[in-house]
Amino acid sequence: MASNQDHIETKKLVDHLFRHEAGRMVSMLTRVFGIDRIDLAEDVVQEALLKALQQWRFGQIPDNPSAWLMRVAKNQALDVLRREQSFTEKQESIAGEIEQPHSREDGMFDEEIRDDQLRMMFACCHPSIPPDSQIALTLKTLCGFSVTEIAKAFLTNEETIYKRLTRAKEKLREERIALEIPAGLQLASRRLSVLRTLYLLFNEGYKASHGEELVRRELCEEAIYLTRVLTEHSVGTTPAAYALLALMLLHAARFPARVNDDGSLLLLRNQDRSLWDQRLIAEGLRYLDLSASGEELTEYHLQAGIAACHCLAKSYEETNWKRILQLYDLLVGIDDSPIVLLNRAVAVAQVHGPEEGVRAVEELRGRKSLEGYHLLYAVLGEFYFELRRYEDAAQNFRRALQLTTVQAEQLFLSKKLEDILNIHLNYEAFIR
Amino acid sequence: MAKKNFMFIFHGGYNEGLSPQEAQKNMEQWFAWVEKLQKKGIYKAGEPLEKGGKVLSFRNGKIAIDGPYAETKELVAGYFLLEADSLDEAVEIAKEYPDFPYGGRVEVREVMPLPTR
Repeated sequence: MASNQDHIETKKLVDHLFRHEAGRMVSMLTRVFGIDRIDLAEDVVQEALLKALQQWRFGQIPDNPSAWLMRVAKNQALDVLRREQSFTEKQESIAGEIEQPHSREDGMFDEEIRDDQLRMMFACCHPSIPPDSQIALTLKTLCGFSVTEIAKAFLTNEETIYKRLTRAKEKLREERIALEIPAGLQLASRRLSVLRTLYLLFNEGYKASHGEELVRRELCEEAIYLTRVLTEHSVGTTPAAYALLALMLLHAARFPARVNDDGSLLLLRNQDRSLWDQRLIAEGLRYLDLSASGEELTEYHLQAGIAACHCLAKSYEETNWKRILQLYDLLVGIDDSPIVLLNRAVAVAQVHGPEEGVRAVEELRGRKSLEGYHLLYAVLGEFYFELRRYEDAAQNFRRALQLTTVQAEQLFLSKKLEDILNIHLNYEAFIR
Repeated sequence: MAKKNFMFIFHGGYNEGLSPQEAQKNMEQWFAWVEKLQKKGIYKAGEPLEKGGKVLSFRNGKIAIDGPYAETKELVAGYFLLEADSLDEAVEIAKEYPDFPYGGRVEVREVMPLPTR
């Protein structure tokens, strides 16, 4: 009976197996069919997955699920081609290519699929496609997300996502974007475009801008997955790509500690550091090492360096804020977006005191119009709180509270205001 | 009490239109269900059925062959064979069928024992 038990225990699929296999299969079939028939590839893959669902659900999984799925998808594709009325010579050759036997043992097959994924990645992240559409298309074709799931992740409706996808696919056709791994002079700029999209995808998941933690975490996981696919290929072994992967891993390591039991957001300062994922941190640091191999210093390097400082600190107080401030000073030269400047102000306050922090924020306010930016008020409130200027602190927290729509942040700010009120009441009681 | 055999006949549940992630989740629910029944030692067999097929009947003096039918939600998608003490207990077990959200139905039927010689 023991062997029977063993058999039972093994009935578990690899996490996201279906989703990632869908991405691999769509990439492969799109190369064979041609990029204008990407919809057909998607349909065929959907069929294959549903067939697996029917056949495997009774508890028996094939020894090599990936190969099984690919074989079924290919057969399905051949059926579709044969059913099409004009079975032209071109289709004959497509069919020939699909039917080619692949030896799975020698690893060649996997390598080919990886190339297909990369071709698809370069196509989806083509600079002539608008960034929103790039991300939607990447999630759809490479990560097996449905339109509903993408819409949920971006807190928008399905129609918007359909539009983005349609626009992306139109561009693919109009611009005759080839499914290829760019070479020569093109490669560097196209690779930057891919990195940028993966970075945006990760950020979209990481920023707690709204809603369900789980869905957002999946976006981060997908971004990491695709960046890995990139760095595992010779065209992706660049310092910038390693730095991006390091940055993602070092941020993802802190995911488990970010949210309180009641769903409120925990600042770095208040997080339980024992919850940080040490395996991810170690891996992130390894990639950070690899990223230091060239002359190149990208924003990903700097962001990863900052994240590493946080991950290595035993406590908030023991953080190497001087180093972090140096990195922010460099980062501001590449990216002077409000969020970077605001984070720099936090580092300034840590190194030079909250008064300097306030000054840094005021300077930032002078440079950009940020009236509706809730984080600015939250940060200011924090500085004034430390300076014990509770009136000013309360005023800023209230302003931030009015501006944010994120529930976790609302909870956090309400708590802050409550704290101030309590301090105030205690003070009054003390006077009396 | 002597155990009786029951057949669960699954209607529908071909679950078209599921995203890869949903399909995987649904599959894992099935795995968990089958595993639970196996661990209890009451699961005897189960198989999926292909879509399509034919239905033969006798009409106007000859055998008529119909199908396949388009309505997948009516199709029998597969079956379980398992042991339970009573129909009530079998019905309780069937309540854990994972495809209710997708319009699937389970028919629970007691298998008649063959006469012993």
